[in-house]
Amino acid sequence: MVADVFLNGKFIGQVDNPKEFVEQIKEERRKSELPEELNIFYDERVNEIHMESSKGRLRRPLIVVKDGKPLLTQKHIEMIANNELKWSDLVKQGIIEYLDASEEENALIAFSKEELTPEHTHLEIDPVAMLSLVTALVPFANYTQSARLNIGSKNQKQALGVYVSNYPLRVDMDVNLLHYAQRPIVKTIAHDLIDYDKHPAGQNVVVAVMSYKGFNMEDAIIINRRSIDFGFGRSTYFRPATSEELRYPGGLRDEICIPDKEVRGYRTEEDYKYLEKDGIIYPGAKVSEGDVVIGKTSPPRFLNGLDRFSLTSGVKRESSVALKHGEKGVVDSVIITETQEGNKLVQVRIRDTRIPELGDKFTSRHGQKGVLGLIVDPADMPFTASGIVPDLIFSPHSIPSRMTVAHLIELLAGKVGALAGRYVDATAFSSEKEEDLRKELLSLGFRDNGTETMYNGETGEMYKVKIFVGDMYYLRLKHMVANKIHARARGPIQLLTRQPTEGRANEGGLRLGEMEKDTFVAHGTSLLLQERFSSDSVVVPVCENCGMLAVYDHYKNEAFCPVCGDKAKISFIEVSYAFKLLMDELKSMGVYPKLILKTKY
Amino acid sequence: MTAEQIIKEYSKELPEKIINDLLENLPKKISDKKVKEIVEEVVKEYKEMQITPAESVGIITAESIGEPGTQMTLNTFHFAGVSEMNVTTGLPRIIEIFDGRKDIATPMMNIYLKKPYSEGKDIEKVALRLKETLLEEIAQEFYINIADMSVEIQLNKEQLDKIGLTNQDVINSINKGIKGIKVKEKDNTLTVTKKQETDNLNEIYSLKEKLKKVFVTGVKHIKYVLPVKREGEYIILTSGTNLKDVMELDFVDSTRTTSNDIFEVEKVLGIEAAREAIIQEVYKVMQEQGLNVNIRHIMLVADAMCAMGKVQGITRYGIIREKASVLARASFETPMKQIMQASLMGEVDKLNSVVENVMVNQPVPVGTGLPGLAVKVIKGRIGGYEGEKDEKKSKAEKTAKKEIKKEEKKTTKTKTKKAKSSKSKNKE
Repeated sequence: MVADVFLNGKFIGQVDNPKEFVEQIKEERRKSELPEELNIFYDERVNEIHMESSKGRLRRPLIVVKDGKPLLTQKHIEMIANNELKWSDLVKQGIIEYLDASEEENALIAFSKEELTPEHTHLEIDPVAMLSLVTALVPFANYTQSARLNIGSKNQKQALGVYVSNYPLRVDMDVNLLHYAQRPIVKTIAHDLIDYDKHPAGQNVVVAVMSYKGFNMEDAIIINRRSIDFGFGRSTYFRPATSEELRYPGGLRDEICIPDKEVRGYRTEEDYKYLEKDGIIYPGAKVSEGDVVIGKTSPPRFLNGLDRFSLTSGVKRESSVALKHGEKGVVDSVIITETQEGNKLVQVRIRDTRIPELGDKFTSRHGQKGVLGLIVDPADMPFTASGIVPDLIFSPHSIPSRMTVAHLIELLAGKVGALAGRYVDATAFSSEKEEDLRKELLSLGFRDNGTETMYNGETGEMYKVKIFVGDMYYLRLKHMVANKIHARARGPIQLLTRQPTEGRANEGGLRLGEMEKDTFVAHGTSLLLQERFSSDSVVVPVCENCGMLAVYDHYKNEAFCPVCGDKAKISFIEVSYAFKLLMDELKSMGVYPKLILKTKY
Repeated sequence: MTAEQIIKEYSKELPEKIINDLLENLPKKISDKKVKEIVEEVVKEYKEMQITPAESVGIITAESIGEPGTQMTLNTFHFAGVSEMNVTTGLPRIIEIFDGRKDIATPMMNIYLKKPYSEGKDIEKVALRLKETLLEEIAQEFYINIADMSVEIQLNKEQLDKIGLTNQDVINSINKGIKGIKVKEKDNTLTVTKKQETDNLNEIYSLKEKLKKVFVTGVKHIKYVLPVKREGEYIILTSGTNLKDVMELDFVDSTRTTSNDIFEVEKVLGIEAAREAIIQEVYKVMQEQGLNVNIRHIMLVADAMCAMGKVQGITRYGIIREKASVLARASFETPMKQIMQASLMGEVDKLNSVVENVMVNQPVPVGTGLPGLAVKVIKGRIGGYEGEKDEKKSKAEKTAKKEIKKEEKKTTKTKTKKAKSSKSKNKE
């Protein structure tokens, strides 16, 4: 068979015996006669050979296998241990090679040494190497669906923890720090490899798998108030306020100080109460929304014709940094320094302790995320026969459809670890066996399946079923109610359209969008729809003669049409301001939007 | 009076089908009084089932199709069939139909056969007769001769015999398919060179690829054929459509043969067939996905798409262009273009539909926005402005009214004068 050969997608020729040709190329690559980054793939269906040496391909290392035996031997491993051999040497010698996605199609890769046959071409270095760094942090990952592993690793990236060790010295935007972070009892090899001990991101808690008055339905979780009081999930939120003394042309510059009362845009005296003489707040001040953190004045922005002669022309403009709507906290530290241009720079770090509250997000390491649904007094929590009160109640309905078996095994393993006082290895594919863990649990004096007799905390009655209780690593995620809660009845509007502003930061309205509008229309509630959209409603005078908007003279208390003058017949109509704006813009385009008025119905 | 006569009296109020159903299902011996009672009950029920006036059927349709449509994006079941006979279904197919795309992703036909063949006679031959045969299917190998800058094609004799072709037929079809080349025959090998000599390897390579796709025999565009037995008879599924040519074949039952290419159906069979095809195709996809959408919703969409006498997609070039309101068209897509056009033509927007009224913040003319259907509305009371500025307005109005009255008086005077004069003329 003649096969076409392509290099980096370009046709370069044909070969008579494609299979031999491919083998030859591979052989020469392993001997370092061809570049190591060249990958070759024979597509038998269309009889084409594709060679790739371009950049940007995903490739992964594998041990080369010949005649059912891996080229990597015990000798090599010893040499590596003695620093006589390096990774790059193994690649050069053709013991390890990198495959890209297409060459993998031609390869048969063995999972472990035991299952090698003469047909195999490659051997996995370790099964965990298939997983990414974050996914390798999931314990017992080989017991869970890949989709859930993905979610689990995405969740872990959002977890609060000790994000850096030198956090007191840094001014980071929008960061969180978990108090009392712990290392996980159930850990994997990846935890050791990345020094997880130095920047942990969660806590070990006692979890009971049961429902509690329905407050943990739809993935919600229930937490013991005592656990929160003792520090579970407690974190600090840092955000900086910065201000710079900028220089402007003409020798003008900003000034960081307590603004004078004459300054344009002066707030109230109350707002500046925390500022010290230098115009900067002091550490330890308890601030809330509207309080000025750094006082600053700037020169006026524009000097227009009239201003040049007015008395206020020399007046400076207020440009202080204040806390925005809904923010609160304590001033943590104040840094006064210089920018590269030599301007004075003030940075104020504000801290806010965040105690878990209803609606905060938590997750285990298996993609079992949920929102805090209820905080229960310790007295009302269910307790086990031995008097253990769980920190957290997790709903059993979250398990069957998602098939996160690893979640259950981690509970069991955590229980063994906590009781035996040791860490449990849960590396994917080479973890401690569930059977052994069960035996150990039995020897510690517990039921081998992890269930325990529990009692209702409110009535003291024994539950008819045994409850699965264990210990697992829980993470608090960065999505907190305090940063997201928002509502508005009336508030600021946009200058241009007179519609409510958008977004929580601007105290904006919640948009009733196109599809929501459709629901009103579908129900035929025409007048309700009109009312909902009347946020920018305005009464405008219209000249019925020319069909253009007339002008209302507030001094004379009458409307007139500048186009038609006396001929004008002016009527008042109620339209949305956005429509008035649309007509204005049409006029600016040279389109004449003539209104023809008529009473409806 | 017979029962039939009594029922026929209601023929203005009931559709024909219901009348026929009634006649069929009435018991033989029944008194006239009872017949009347039954028919009246039927009329009542029928009227109750009718859509209420001012019901916004369009939006309800949009929501009824759109809501399960969002679920379809989640279910990744978008293709069906065996390897080579892939059929687009699911959301991509629905989008394709509603957008009114001219070239669909997987054109397909269900060919029904006439009697001896539908029972399986010569089914292989029939299938081969339908299938479009390309050069690559009857060739064994394509060589590139770099020395002569030519492409050498080795023909597969067996395959040729099976279809019943000679080498000369193949040469003819190559010459027909590609211009500017020379074909030489030697044994079973055809040598193809360009008339204009070239030394560019890529040109020869593209010539080779072009040669592979040269049409030799069969029905054009029919790429694959698959005879299957369905409900006790053999039908042929094809990939690629050519409704006209297939229906002209004598062994094909042209009354039942269908294509999934809406535009081809429109071209060959007409607009009513295209409407039916849209309904059937969309309904089929919905059924496959296990979604329960009432067929009336789909019928409404199909009606909208075919209302102009040709199939139009739901796009700015399709049915949106036919909307009467400038504002409604501008609010969909390309507002600038719409407004420029409208200003050139001096269009008037009567604010008769939903979007326009939302834009000017007026009640939309559906449901409670049309009180005139149920009650008598006194003019000037509803919809007119009444508010705090009432006084100012009334002032302005009063002056305006005065002027109008003056004008009216003038006009009436002149009118009466004219009338008088005309009368007097008549007398004369």
